[in-house]
Amino acid sequence: MRFVDEYRDPRAARSILDRIVELAGDDHFKFMEVCGGHTHTIYRHGIEHVLPEGVELVHGPGCPVCVIPMGRIDDAIAVAETPGVVFTSFGDMLRVPGGHGSLMDAKARGADVRFVYSPLDALRIASETPEQVVFFAVGFETTAPSTAVTLLRARDLGLTNFSVFCNHVTIVPPIKAILESPDLRLDGFLGPGHVSTVVGNRPYRFVPEQYGKPLVTTGFEPLDILHGIMMLLRQIREGRCEVENQYTRVVRDEGNPRALAVLAEVFELRPHFEWRGLGFISQSALKLRPEFAAFDAELRYSVPGVRVADPKACQCGEVLKGVIKPWECKVFGTACTPETPIGTCMVSSEGACAAYYNFGRLHREAAVTLGRRG
Amino acid sequence: MCLGIPGQVVELLDSHEHLARVEVSGVGRVVNIGLLEDEQLAPGNWVLIHVGFAMSKIDEDEARRALEGLELMGRAYVEEIDAFASSQIEIDLPEEVRAWE
Ligand code: SF4
Repeated sequence: MRFVDEYRDPRAARSILDRIVELAGDDHFKFMEVCGGHTHTIYRHGIEHVLPEGVELVHGPGCPVCVIPMGRIDDAIAVAETPGVVFTSFGDMLRVPGGHGSLMDAKARGADVRFVYSPLDALRIASETPEQVVFFAVGFETTAPSTAVTLLRARDLGLTNFSVFCNHVTIVPPIKAILESPDLRLDGFLGPGHVSTVVGNRPYRFVPEQYGKPLVTTGFEPLDILHGIMMLLRQIREGRCEVENQYTRVVRDEGNPRALAVLAEVFELRPHFEWRGLGFISQSALKLRPEFAAFDAELRYSVPGVRVADPKACQCGEVLKGVIKPWECKVFGTACTPETPIGTCMVSSEGACAAYYNFGRLHREAAVTLGRRG
Repeated sequence: MCLGIPGQVVELLDSHEHLARVEVSGVGRVVNIGLLEDEQLAPGNWVLIHVGFAMSKIDEDEARRALEGLELMGRAYVEEIDAFASSQIEIDLPEEVRAWE
């Protein structure tokens, strides 16, 4: 268990692992970690190599950069290339390829595309310029409240040159879609940590109640991940099936009521939204309520709104559904690298392919050299 | 964008805008604390910050753990801190802006 020595508390890690080995016995378990942050930790710390053979982790759809479909990137570029527009975005989104290149390419062609850390940075830019400022909003419930607060602030300030191209998505529908998918047999979920600080643990109850799978909301340290896996196995062995919270240090059952209230005030559900790899999922994304129409970039600008198929070589869809591992994609590490991404999963550090490219391969090689879990 | 970074509240600013000055790994910036209004934040408290907003109150021990975990992330963490350092969310609305409306 060489990798364990690098963990913050190797003794605790070893004892949790012993318990995992004992609980797993000779059976095979497949658990999905929903969140890209988990995927990153798992590859960064070689967690899959310290787990017993019978406990397999598959990556889920919880990386917001990864799930945005090509067509929406093209829409973003169309807005960015509108004369007089300053287009603002989180850094990761600038490199995501659409059907006609990325926002970076649009910038190179002369569009005014700027990187921002926060939607409030975009709002500040709008307060300082007469030009139209558009913010490219992406993310799950972790970042959606920030966009909502920013829109309320824009309204209070009476700014007429600020709008949002809204691509916020919600966490529950894709989990449901995966549970409905015939491709995958799962035994339980490591629930997302940060999203749950906003939504709480209650929205996941359908997972045990309707689908008979346990879910444990889990933190981001290696020890958290191991602990979450142990809690899943313990539920199964004790014949329980429920939502449990491993990350009580940060996540409360009721979530953050204020953030939820702000979300409800500013956004409503879209009837449909396309997810990369998962296709159209109903009521899975947010749009601005009619009261905020003046701030809605989709209404202000003409966006093509065309569905663009993923490149043939790209297997992000299968990666996002947990059907294949990153290294099983044919272009992984050859045509598709973090420097020249073909698919979204190679762009964000929380994308499974980028996380595996940056860290996982080394652990895998080390594990092979040392003999598995040597 | 999904990385929550731990910061310590240094000073509460204008209460209408729900802003506070926080320090993250020695970098001081202003963030919005409106979503934690019920927590009665005070200087010295620790929070997890996402895209310029304090999203949860945490204790010092959790802040230290989270920071250690992030530092191990290498480039992703450096990029996040750089992004945080580039942020400037205070709006001082000058007269001319009103004139544009
Ligand atoms: S290697 Fe590239 S194209 Fe293949 S699944 Fe990963 S990100 Fe997508």
